[in-house]
Amino acid sequence: MSVALKRMDKRDVSESDSARARSRQSLSIRNLSVRFGGSGQNVLALSRLNLEIAAGDFVVALGASGCGKTTLLSCIAGFIEPSAGEILLGGQPVKGPSAERGVVFQKHALMPWLDVLGNVEFGLRMRGIAKAERQGIALDKIHAVGLEKFARHPVYKLSGGMQQRVGIARSLASNPDILLLDEPLGALDALTREQMQELILKLWHAEEKMVFFITHSVEEALFLATDLLVMTPSPGRILHRFKLPFSRRYVESGDARKVKSDPEFIRKREEILSLIQNGHH
Amino acid sequence: MKTIEDEDTMPPLVAVPLPPENLPVAKSHDFPSSENWPLVSLVTVLVLLSLWWLATNRGWLPPLWLPSPEAVGKAYLASFRGELQGGRTLFDHFLWSFGRVVIAFLLASATAIPIGLLMGVSRLARSVFDPIIEFYRPLPPLAYLPLIVIWFGIDETAKILLIYLACFAPLAVSARAGVRSASLEQIHAAQSLGASRYQVLFHVILPAALPEILTGMRIAVGFGWTTLVAAELVAATVGLGQLVMNASNFLRTDIVLMGILVIGVVAWIFDLGMRCIEQHFVPWKGRA
Repeated sequence: MSVALKRMDKRDVSESDSARARSRQSLSIRNLSVRFGGSGQNVLALSRLNLEIAAGDFVVALGASGCGKTTLLSCIAGFIEPSAGEILLGGQPVKGPSAERGVVFQKHALMPWLDVLGNVEFGLRMRGIAKAERQGIALDKIHAVGLEKFARHPVYKLSGGMQQRVGIARSLASNPDILLLDEPLGALDALTREQMQELILKLWHAEEKMVFFITHSVEEALFLATDLLVMTPSPGRILHRFKLPFSRRYVESGDARKVKSDPEFIRKREEILSLIQNGHH
Repeated sequence: MKTIEDEDTMPPLVAVPLPPENLPVAKSHDFPSSENWPLVSLVTVLVLLSLWWLATNRGWLPPLWLPSPEAVGKAYLASFRGELQGGRTLFDHFLWSFGRVVIAFLLASATAIPIGLLMGVSRLARSVFDPIIEFYRPLPPLAYLPLIVIWFGIDETAKILLIYLACFAPLAVSARAGVRSASLEQIHAAQSLGASRYQVLFHVILPAALPEILTGMRIAVGFGWTTLVAAELVAATVGLGQLVMNASNFLRTDIVLMGILVIGVVAWIFDLGMRCIEQHFVPWKGRA
């Protein structure tokens, strides 16, 4: 572990310097409601939801299927226009998808006709940034996710975990204010999943971005979140918001096993599991 | 010994080769195999050829009914040297047919693919072109050939138009279907990276549609060769289809058989070429 972490840390220092130069943003969600209708269905996916995300927050939404967490992410990303309420990013109302809100999907979101570099520089190319500059930025992000040896590899030949690294690098390349991750590790095996959790925390620490992360896994949520939202369905709403210390502990110590085997971590896990079960019935 | 932690940021892409051991390769029960054994295919062809040779040389079948391989070979050589029917060489016939198919195919590609893509993304285009294409698509080309001759005469226009129409439908239909190939996640990802509507169209939907478009092109080339003989029925003086039709009028089954074999081989080579193009342009097909 120590070898890999030291390698990351060196990069973290230089990258966080440039990250600090950027203005800090915040995201506010006020009275957000989403109703899905048409063809016989009438579902209140989200009801009068309020949420504040401040600079540097790692917000994780946890809940069973149908609790509205993906709907919430889609609203922030701009894929869904809410029925009521508003979302403000840095004071400006959110309207439609935009590069200031980067999204990482569970799968099927890379462009297989482009190689790793082509995927990562995609957003910069769409915005007309000159080739030399955008490839410099893209290679930097490819390096940050540990894929520097694979910049010219076709993405369809990479493993699931490596493909998710490409997806993360691609979002980071556009330098978004907030990173939205929709169950990005859901399709990975347990071992890769833990490696990716650590990578995501390192990147979050280096880039100092707001993160909104969706997961089914209680342990993953506990490990990653500075702010954990437990959501319940019908109608989708936030049941409880926890402040958690574990992600910062990991960033400081670099020892994931120690953080996850801490009695406090385990106690919190049981507390949240019982909250979900009682809140759900 | 490497530990898992060392590989944390860099999992190996290629497995480390192990020293060879004298073990049989493990068998796995997966998809029914899509490969064939080239040797078995070769044996099939050889058996058919021998049966043909036996049946003709032993006199089981009259030569008019089935000419011998030697007769077909002779017809081939004679035709190759231009000693048959009007003195045109086989290569001349091939070149004319090839030209007609290629021109019609290129014209069809240039028009049908944009129209198909437009149908995929625009309700208006779909509403306009859907009834036309869906009506004429199942019609056999021979059925509307007389009309085309009356309208466009008996020169090259009519022949190329007939092949063009045969190619058009599969191209348009596949391009239209290809528009649906891009996943919603790919489109959303592009939008979240700042792509405009038109950029999504040209940088996501279009490349994602390419495998289906290339499949459509492969089918269209096949249709083109199939329609060729019908097209060359119309007062053609040169062409592989015309060669066959003309020979059949004189009961020269050796030339008929030779012409059929040549058309078959040419169409097969075309298909191989299209498959190479597919491999080159969309190696990611089915692996997205």
